[in-house]
Amino acid sequence: MSSQDKSEVPEEHLPEVPASAHVPAESDPFADPGLPAHEPRRTDIDEKAANRAERQVAFLFVISMLATIGFIWSYVGIDKDRIIDIFFFGKIGAQNAALGGTLGIALFCIGAGAIHWARTLMTDEEIVQERHEFTSDPETREYAIREFTQGASDSVIGRRPLIRRTMIGAMALVPLSGVVLLRDLGPMPGTKLRHTEWKPGKELINEATGLPIKPDDIVKGSLTMALPEGLVEKYGPAGQKEELSHGWLEKAGMSAILLVRLEPKDVKSKKELAWGHEGIVAYSKICTHVGCPIGLYEQQTHHLLCPCHQSTFDLADDGKVVFGPAARSLPQLKIHVNEAGNLAASQDFAEPVGASFWERG
Amino acid sequence: MKKLSARRRHPLAAIVVLIFALAATGGLYAAFAPAKKAEADDSASIAVEAGKKLYLSGCSTCHGLDAQGSSDGPPLVGVGAAAVDFQVSTGRMPLQQPGAQAPRKPEVYTPAQIEQLSAYVASLGVGPKIPTANMYAPDGDIVNGAELFRTNCSQCHNFSGEGGALTQGKFAPPLKNVDPKHIYEAMLTGPQNMPSFPDSTMPEQQKKDIVTYVRETTHKEPNPGGLGLGRLGPVSEGLFGWIIALGLLIGCAIWIAARTPKARTK
Repeated sequence: MSSQDKSEVPEEHLPEVPASAHVPAESDPFADPGLPAHEPRRTDIDEKAANRAERQVAFLFVISMLATIGFIWSYVGIDKDRIIDIFFFGKIGAQNAALGGTLGIALFCIGAGAIHWARTLMTDEEIVQERHEFTSDPETREYAIREFTQGASDSVIGRRPLIRRTMIGAMALVPLSGVVLLRDLGPMPGTKLRHTEWKPGKELINEATGLPIKPDDIVKGSLTMALPEGLVEKYGPAGQKEELSHGWLEKAGMSAILLVRLEPKDVKSKKELAWGHEGIVAYSKICTHVGCPIGLYEQQTHHLLCPCHQSTFDLADDGKVVFGPAARSLPQLKIHVNEAGNLAASQDFAEPVGASFWERG
Repeated sequence: MKKLSARRRHPLAAIVVLIFALAATGGLYAAFAPAKKAEADDSASIAVEAGKKLYLSGCSTCHGLDAQGSSDGPPLVGVGAAAVDFQVSTGRMPLQQPGAQAPRKPEVYTPAQIEQLSAYVASLGVGPKIPTANMYAPDGDIVNGAELFRTNCSQCHNFSGEGGALTQGKFAPPLKNVDPKHIYEAMLTGPQNMPSFPDSTMPEQQKKDIVTYVRETTHKEPNPGGLGLGRLGPVSEGLFGWIIALGLLIGCAIWIAARTPKARTK
């Protein structure tokens, strides 16, 4: 298929060179040039080349058969847990690799064989097949128009305007029923998006230990994830992790906060310091852009970066957005120290947490 | 007794008594003195002294002569031995050049020198100590470790510890091939922009669980599908598919549609 040198082909077998492949009419440069004259391939004129092409196609099909047998053997013969180390691919499952490889070879060789067959042995003579006319013949058209006007006059729609107008009205109103059905998409959210599980006096619970947090626990440069009390039972003293109760994820997802301790002199906002405790501040862990959990805290810059779209908030400046698509500051949770010496929330978040929604304003 | 009392006035009697007394005192001292502690104190102070020398020649340019810090480096008072051990044994310190972040490189100091440097910095102020082998041995609760890792670490280091980008050229490094001791020390001390997870908020056992999870995920877990692609998820896989697989398909399409070679080429 590849060899192009004509020396192998006996000269007498070569066809005549076509005298004029296509000659554009001089008068009309846009005239249909017609098809170029057909040129035979080597396999069309040389029996040996044709036989070689046949063997090549058959060879590809045989490879495909062997690969299919290999596929079946891989499924039966290779332990599914066996791991092999292959350069570039790393440690991979032996059976997985063998199944994929053999099936890939089997399918590719069928396709490659078929294409090679078509390119070398099947005829490549261009055949022109004219399209038929799209329009119907005049008699049929005339018959259809006659039938239609006859039906229209039989229906008396032209003479009875009451029927005509009410029918149009009825058909115009029907789609409204679909609009009413949109009501069934779900209950209205109400004020659910504006409140979290934080209530005045609720203690902050360390998500890692399940215990209340003392101000001294939070050292400068550290990062602590916390939830309101009542949501961290899965780390309870019994050590038994309960099944996630219904709605737990939703509640924890809205109420999650992170705690950091900042140097009070670094904090630019007085309100932020007043809402914290000796430089310890609590912020919502939910990005105000589209609500990703946000936690890439850089302790030297006090910046908090969202992994989804790189919104960056400055925790030393009221959680203001310093970079990225988020439009609102990160909500801060007002905290204080209760009688037991533990950190507790003074109130719920002052604004809705998480992604913006249309009534948020 | 008579013999003894008769000789008590002998001119040499006082000397003999003095010798006995000295021998007894010396013997008792030798028997009861806390000899080992004295030695340890000694070697510790020697280490501090040696560490100070290393510090003055290698670190003080940036961190200041008294480790009080400067515009080029943070103060080291109170960072503890664990921070020094982490920074110096992973080659991050001494810093090669100023930049967004100190990268990992071959370490410059020998383990003995690192020990001396740690001892010196630890003597400047109370800070986290170097963890013992038992504290970071990867035999903790892997399930708990996975949960803690997802909550506290995965946002920067990726779910499987492959690392990720931060702002302005900073990055969270991959955790593959990191010594368990260094993972533990990083959590304890919070190197560079990484926040710390002190024992008060993340107790020892939980750090051990996290180390266990990280070791299991980055070292032992095979990748049965092959080509982990950084385990960055569908984005990297999609990119690979579009560029490599689509390129191969285009190649096949070109072959299918190519003009067949003719017997007589012009």
